[in-house]
Amino acid sequence: MEQPEQETVTNLQRPETATQEVPLPEPAGLRRPELQQDITPGEHVFETDKISIYYDSFRAVTDVSLTVYQNEITAFIGPSGCGKTTVLRTLNRMNDLVPGARVEGDVRYRGAALYGPGVSAIAVRRRIGMVFQKPNPFPKSIYDNVAYGPRINGIHKKHELDEIVERSLRRAALWDEVKDRLSKSGLGLSGGQAQRLCIARTLAVEPDVVLMDEPCSALDPIATGRIEDLMHEIKSRYTIVIVTHNMQQATRVSDRTAFYSVLRDEKSDTRTGVLVEYGRTQQIFEDPQDSRTQAYVTGRMG
Amino acid sequence: MSTITRVDPAVPAGSTGPLEHRRPLGDRAFQILALGAGLLVLVILVLIAVTTSQQAAPWFSAEGWKIFTYNWNPAANQFGALAFIFGTALTALIAIVIAVPLSLGIALLLTEVVPYRWARPIVYVVDLLAVVPSVVWGLWGILVFAPWLQHIYTDIASGVSGIPVLDALFGQPVSGASFFTAGLILAVMITPIVTSLSREVIATVPTIDKEGAYALGATRWEMITGAVWPHSQGGVVGAVLLGLGRAMGETIAAALVIGSSPTITSHLFAPGYNMPAVIANQFGEASGTFRAALMGLGVLLFIFTIIINVIARGIVERNARRKRGA
Amino acid sequence: MAAVTAETRQPDLGEPKGWRRTKNRVMTALMIIAFVLVLIPLGFVLFTVIAKGASVISWQFLTGSPIPPIVLPADVGGMWPAVLGTIEITALATVMAVPLGILGAIYLNEYGGRNWLAALIGFMSDVMTGVPSVVMGLFIFSIWVLHFGFSGLAGAFALACLMLPIVIRSSYEMLRLVPDSLREGSYALGATKARVTATVVLPAAIGGIVSGALLAVARAAGETAPLLFTILTVTTANPNVFSGANTSLPSQIFSNANQPYPGAQDRGWGAALTLIAICFILMIVARLVTARFSRYSR
Repeated sequence: MEQPEQETVTNLQRPETATQEVPLPEPAGLRRPELQQDITPGEHVFETDKISIYYDSFRAVTDVSLTVYQNEITAFIGPSGCGKTTVLRTLNRMNDLVPGARVEGDVRYRGAALYGPGVSAIAVRRRIGMVFQKPNPFPKSIYDNVAYGPRINGIHKKHELDEIVERSLRRAALWDEVKDRLSKSGLGLSGGQAQRLCIARTLAVEPDVVLMDEPCSALDPIATGRIEDLMHEIKSRYTIVIVTHNMQQATRVSDRTAFYSVLRDEKSDTRTGVLVEYGRTQQIFEDPQDSRTQAYVTGRMG
Repeated sequence: MSTITRVDPAVPAGSTGPLEHRRPLGDRAFQILALGAGLLVLVILVLIAVTTSQQAAPWFSAEGWKIFTYNWNPAANQFGALAFIFGTALTALIAIVIAVPLSLGIALLLTEVVPYRWARPIVYVVDLLAVVPSVVWGLWGILVFAPWLQHIYTDIASGVSGIPVLDALFGQPVSGASFFTAGLILAVMITPIVTSLSREVIATVPTIDKEGAYALGATRWEMITGAVWPHSQGGVVGAVLLGLGRAMGETIAAALVIGSSPTITSHLFAPGYNMPAVIANQFGEASGTFRAALMGLGVLLFIFTIIINVIARGIVERNARRKRGA
Repeated sequence: MAAVTAETRQPDLGEPKGWRRTKNRVMTALMIIAFVLVLIPLGFVLFTVIAKGASVISWQFLTGSPIPPIVLPADVGGMWPAVLGTIEITALATVMAVPLGILGAIYLNEYGGRNWLAALIGFMSDVMTGVPSVVMGLFIFSIWVLHFGFSGLAGAFALACLMLPIVIRSSYEMLRLVPDSLREGSYALGATKARVTATVVLPAAIGGIVSGALLAVARAAGETAPLLFTILTVTTANPNVFSGANTSLPSQIFSNANQPYPGAQDRGWGAALTLIAICFILMIVARLVTARFSRYSR
């Protein structure tokens, strides 16, 4: 039975899933001392079936089949140029913005075809949010940054917006630091704070999924640690897919890991990304099935 | 014992000694020539100010502060020029009000809406507007456009006659050659430059900001208001000011279609006059204080446009520097 | 971890409802309308000039002389004095403004670096592009005509003042695009700065510089106001550009525009078509030069 969220804001409900109310987490973050032994896979959030992604006639990624499960953190790892970001951006139709980009194959989001006829990219992106590599707060106040999403979805009453802004900033572990200066510009925050602001902004529209494209690569280790803690805290409400070039990060945060590599075509001198292996994180790092996976994870760890 | 001969790379091969420090004459001369050419800009600007003010001096001394009165009567040796200043401001304002939305619309169309392949032809077409000489706009304006507009003005004027504010703006007297016609043609003439500068400004908005807005599920217009506009509003203001400066100084098209009647009125469709137009039209027959007065109007025009251009370029510069550096 | 209860309803991914989609569409439509609105006067002008001017243009019109009084119809006499005047005055202005403009740009880019003088000159050069053309005419009138009389030379001075900042700006942009590695290669062979600039940098940028100069020439050819005060429009050809009053196509158009006589108006249209043709040809040549010869501008 669906339990609606206990908020006064009604049109940002997520009809697809509901969780019991989770009390706001304690400040001390979780660090995962050991990899989890068993995860029972839940709802299928994303399913891709041998998809290929093209830019005009250039095949950038080929033969990707995977399933992303609800309330898990899934990591995409691999060398540069292997297409992990391209696949990520396909999941919220951000590749639509690149002229000539197209997807062949079936991408399903909770059973619905993501690229089917009549599907609005705008509706997709409200449900599947994205945090970028370089923090990109708008040149507006902190409040207006977080309120931007709700506002374009029709929420204009001040007390509703206030509630959403506070809730989102709390969930992003930024509220205490900025609650006294909500009207200051978002551009004046440090790197780590700015990234948490972008996360808050993404959470403000109550998405179902949060995609993260190397969210910590522009941050120092302390800020990185805080974001990783944050990911654990919000995992129970959202499904997260993260692209990372840092294998330790993948082992620290993710439940499942997908390893991508590059196929080089000698004749045309092009590189195409391909999904090599996908499984539970512990298995990928401790007992990789494919030799390429093994070479990658051991080479960097050694 | 070997000696290491040091060679100065700035000294050309074949000169007399390895330690020759004196730069060859040609090099020095070239540098001085280039510097001189650059300084020429400053020199010309100063000379403009000086010589035209000299010529205008009789007007300033004859009228003093009365140059700013609404009292232009050359036959009676009266040269109060408020009507022309008013006309310049009014036509420039009309031009800006019409041109800015059009230019911004086209600039946004080019940067956000149109696929890359179509952008080039559209830019060419907009640039064509700039290639048409001012005098041709004026010729067409007075012989074709103004008579056609006169019918429209008359219809509008009869439509609003009696209604309080609208009648003051759009009611009789109307004339094809009028403030509004001049404003219309000026708007068309300044659109290319405002569009091109706005486009440059809008293009500096970082893609990642735009993607951030899209990733939140924004429509294209919502992305423009949320991510593009806050970044570019400063630069666009600069572009608009530059357009304003251009509209104020545009001479020949205005001279032909403005109506040649020094008036201060609220009626936009009435014939009027502005500073560059009266200078162009009347300088030939003017002498003495009359000529000095026209010179003086030129001086005023020079001062106004320099000020506006300095402010506008300053804004555009600061915007560009912020994008590059910050 | 909290227990998760889930609904397995398919998500609704349709278009956002109502006003958001409409607003987006309306705004896009407005942008397109803006472009169309701007096309209309352009098309109108070109159409009228071509329609009315084509019937007047003829070999005799372009080469006949002198320009007849305004009451006479258009097939008497011709526009040669104006054509000659435009060609010689614009050519003279070009010869003065373009080399100086290129030199100025060379100073700004190669020698000036970041010092305050170069910054000032660059800034004021841009400001100078905004000085109204009528002011340039008054300037040359005050400083030259009052002492030496009307002449094509005076007109050329005025046009050159107009062209100079335009040539400086466009040449500067082109020089800036030439990569430093080219210069360093030449320095490494022992060349002086002047030699590097003249033999390596300029040739690399020449396509863009020529193109920019052609656009400045097109602008100057169409200017009327600076000539009003410097050449004193006449009706007979004056091949001596250095002394004596002269005329030009824009001047003729201007003086004919206000006349009620059809002959004069026809001559105006014919001259307008000729002038537009010249400007368009210059613009097209400029774009061709950019496309073919400019290595670094894209």
